[in-house]
Amino acid sequence: MSVVETGIDAVVHEEDHVHHDEQNFWRKYIFSEDHKVIAKQYLITGIFWAVLGIAMSAVFRLQLGFPNADISWLKPFLGQWIDEAGKLDPNFYLALVTMHGTIMVFFVLTAGLSGTFSNFLIPLQIGARDMASGFLNMLSYWFFFVASIVMFSSLFLQMGPAAGGWVVYPPLSALPQAHPGSGMGMTLWLISMSLFIVSQLLGGINYITTVINLRTRGMTFSRLPLTIWAFLITAILGLISFPVLLSAALLLIFDRHFGTSFYLSEIYIGGEALPNVGGSPILFQHLFWFLGHPEVYIVLLPALGITSEIIATNSRKPIFGYRAMIASMLGIAFLAFIVWAHHMFVTGMNPFLGSVFMFLTLIIAVPSAVKAFNYITTLWKGNIVFTPAMLFSIGLVSFFVSGGLTGIILGNSALDIQLHDTYFVVAHFHIVMGAASAFGLFAGVYHWFPKMFGRMMNNTMGQVHFWLTFIGIYLVFFPMHYIGIAGFPRRYYQFTSYDFSKSFTDLNMFVTVAAVFTFFAQFIFLWNFFYSIFKGKKAPQNPWRSNTLEWTAPINPGHGNWPGEIPAVYRWSYDYSKPGAPEDFIPQNVPYSQTPESNLPHENEQIAMEAEIEAQNFNDQFKNAH
Amino acid sequence: MTYIIGFLIVIFLVLTIMVISKMQNVLKGVNSTSEGADKPQGNSWNAAMFIIFLILGTVGFIWSYMSAENSFLPEASSIHGRRTDDLFWFSMGILTIAFFVVNFLIFYFAWKYQYKSGNKATFYPENHKLEIIWTIVPAVVMALLVFTGWRAWSDITSDAPKDAEVFEIMGKQFGWYVRYPGVDNKQLGNYNYKLIDNQNEMGIDLSDENAFDDFISVSELHVPVNKPVLLKIRARDVLHSVFIPHMRVKMDAVPGMPTKFWFVPDKTTAQMRADLSNPNFDYEIACTEVCGRGHFAMRLRLIVEDEASYQKWCAEQKTFLETYPDYLAKVPDNLKAKAMKYVPAPETASPDSTMAQVTGAAVGTSASLR
Repeated sequence: MSVVETGIDAVVHEEDHVHHDEQNFWRKYIFSEDHKVIAKQYLITGIFWAVLGIAMSAVFRLQLGFPNADISWLKPFLGQWIDEAGKLDPNFYLALVTMHGTIMVFFVLTAGLSGTFSNFLIPLQIGARDMASGFLNMLSYWFFFVASIVMFSSLFLQMGPAAGGWVVYPPLSALPQAHPGSGMGMTLWLISMSLFIVSQLLGGINYITTVINLRTRGMTFSRLPLTIWAFLITAILGLISFPVLLSAALLLIFDRHFGTSFYLSEIYIGGEALPNVGGSPILFQHLFWFLGHPEVYIVLLPALGITSEIIATNSRKPIFGYRAMIASMLGIAFLAFIVWAHHMFVTGMNPFLGSVFMFLTLIIAVPSAVKAFNYITTLWKGNIVFTPAMLFSIGLVSFFVSGGLTGIILGNSALDIQLHDTYFVVAHFHIVMGAASAFGLFAGVYHWFPKMFGRMMNNTMGQVHFWLTFIGIYLVFFPMHYIGIAGFPRRYYQFTSYDFSKSFTDLNMFVTVAAVFTFFAQFIFLWNFFYSIFKGKKAPQNPWRSNTLEWTAPINPGHGNWPGEIPAVYRWSYDYSKPGAPEDFIPQNVPYSQTPESNLPHENEQIAMEAEIEAQNFNDQFKNAH
Repeated sequence: MTYIIGFLIVIFLVLTIMVISKMQNVLKGVNSTSEGADKPQGNSWNAAMFIIFLILGTVGFIWSYMSAENSFLPEASSIHGRRTDDLFWFSMGILTIAFFVVNFLIFYFAWKYQYKSGNKATFYPENHKLEIIWTIVPAVVMALLVFTGWRAWSDITSDAPKDAEVFEIMGKQFGWYVRYPGVDNKQLGNYNYKLIDNQNEMGIDLSDENAFDDFISVSELHVPVNKPVLLKIRARDVLHSVFIPHMRVKMDAVPGMPTKFWFVPDKTTAQMRADLSNPNFDYEIACTEVCGRGHFAMRLRLIVEDEASYQKWCAEQKTFLETYPDYLAKVPDNLKAKAMKYVPAPETASPDSTMAQVTGAAVGTSASLR
């Protein structure tokens, strides 16, 4: 509707505009091209997967904490996977571990976090009507949806879903005779992940294009909120690394079904020597971790971006070191590509390579430390409001630091010899990547819920949810360091086969109790979330007194986000508590000419630029809602 | 251990009760009047919770560490193991300081700078000097850790000394096979995965004369103390990983790509039993790369003993050919004489004739195969 040809059309156009909601149900809520609806679709799907993924971890924690318990009461859910004696099947234990990892990393923290907030916030915060391509965006969600269906259906297979760990290392994952989970379950896993990767690529292209091309007047890169910087960098990471996982998966499919030998060599299994020679299982690990490591940052960077925004808003202070924050994100993103082999120190790869990767890995600690210090300095001398979003952001910083520090141990190849594949690793990445990113997700939901649904979530319930979750997560994962230092390996069905792992039975029990408790604490969130969608208090225009553009859009933004002209942007998004200003925040769309009392010297010079900013009108996109 | 559990549960319960009682207060609206109208809802108790969390968390950390320490692995029984342990605890020391300082600042600032009506936050967008300092300090600390770690890593992964005792360990679903180079020559014979069958589980290639005196063990690995031990590691079906927790040894076993790890065990099993006053102590080898259903139960005992008893044990072992004389058929004719040495020695007249028959039959088979 960019060109209006006749007067009649113009009238129709106006009519359209007024009766905005007359799109049919399917186009509006199901096959929607509106970025806000797609974001909500991602969020709801992500929440569904999160409940399932965390419930799985509760089940295998029961096995680890109470190996002798009779869990027949789970039979209605798990059926054949619980035997006559009420014990969990060891094959299914591995399937649970695998599916928990896959679901949480890809479906919850990649799609649920980045999918939700990149979609929701990019157009609203940069001042765009929608994504660059609404259709590709819709396609991205539906690829994800089909991937979800395929993955979900694999849970109901007779032989069980994939069970070789979320890293699906061949030959275990390549040979159906090696494990029941490597049969149909693995096939569906690979199909699902391939679809998922397509979805991520479609989404990522859209995010990048939108950020680069559709920023509103005056929204230069140096005025972008850190959320958008984080989403942009995340999308670039994904765009470069996901294709490598796709090729790893395709080669695995070839090995499984078409007799190739990319990953297989010299194997004798099931009473016969396989003909494959010349392949290398290590090749898969290189390809997998070439995505796998950036993936860590694909889930973490959006959370850090969200946190930057929320901490600044609720400390009522500008984020400290805006440029350093961007530089450290760029540094982390660049280094993320050249550290993958630190997951492989003890695979037998060349020790010299190990030295190189140790060196590169430990460099990442530097930009990460800069980020942590910048967050802390932002809190310093603030005037902090503990909204649930703010609490989760502070919790995230604590997790990011606590979990990041043990990464310095694991990135040291000499120390990794002992700790590799023990519970020390489990503790490390669950805190720094799992819990931190999950907290980013919670923070984002609490903060932008009013913009998403036009209603407020219950504040006190959010605060209680935070404390129970924060304490719970530390109680679950902190003791795991001890278990790991004692050498307990990961992915063990039980610890009774060895003398060295006979201790810590009560600590494992404690971890399980804490995990189940933390799981149940999430129902506070679920209730608060779904109840507030329908019955929450109506949201005010700008509930957190925030500077970013989304709060200038109507409380329930329609298609096109702003009914009239898109606001122009004159300043960065962190003018909180500016000396001289009457309020403690100045939104981005307030020109310097209106705030002479608080302008810094160099900002007075920018007043001359305002006319120039206002004159921009590429493609007429700023004026009309369609 | 029970104390730590009890203690942590108490902390957990106290915090839960506090949080829930606070929630009730707020829900009843008790706090809204006491806090003043413009104060954000629940701000004071959340700020207080950060300090409470900081204090109880610190106490919990110290207490739990002290109780857990008893269950850590004993001092490493290998030379490089003690080195990496020292490095580990040194790094942990530095990191624990950082952990406390940074978490303290987060929680303390959160409490200290909580919202007060009439207060205005300080507009403080950047300070280049500060940023440079906290870029450089971590960089220097990292450089130190990298350097010490890299030195240790290079030494550990350097080539094994020439006089190292060589053993071959092969992972399969779900167990380990260990092959010793034998008492006569210190060489392991060749292998080929295509030669694997129900008896020749490791695929020993009997056309290589070095293989004749090799012997195999499935339940334990015996190594001499105070001598470099070189493990040649492989897998025959899926990935496995050799993990010897007490020696701080770990290396993946990869089908089609042999790996290795060498170390010097310097404490015998007997010494460890005495030191730990646990007569049942055994070094153990575990699998740490998920390999299927039985992954959690691939135990192999490791017995470190003095040279004399090691030699004695080796001498008692039957070579592969001795156990399965049928495989003499696979030996090429020109090496038959040599191989005969390792076939069960004739004890009486009648086994001797049986032997001859076996040999004859074997020769026949090999001839017919050609």
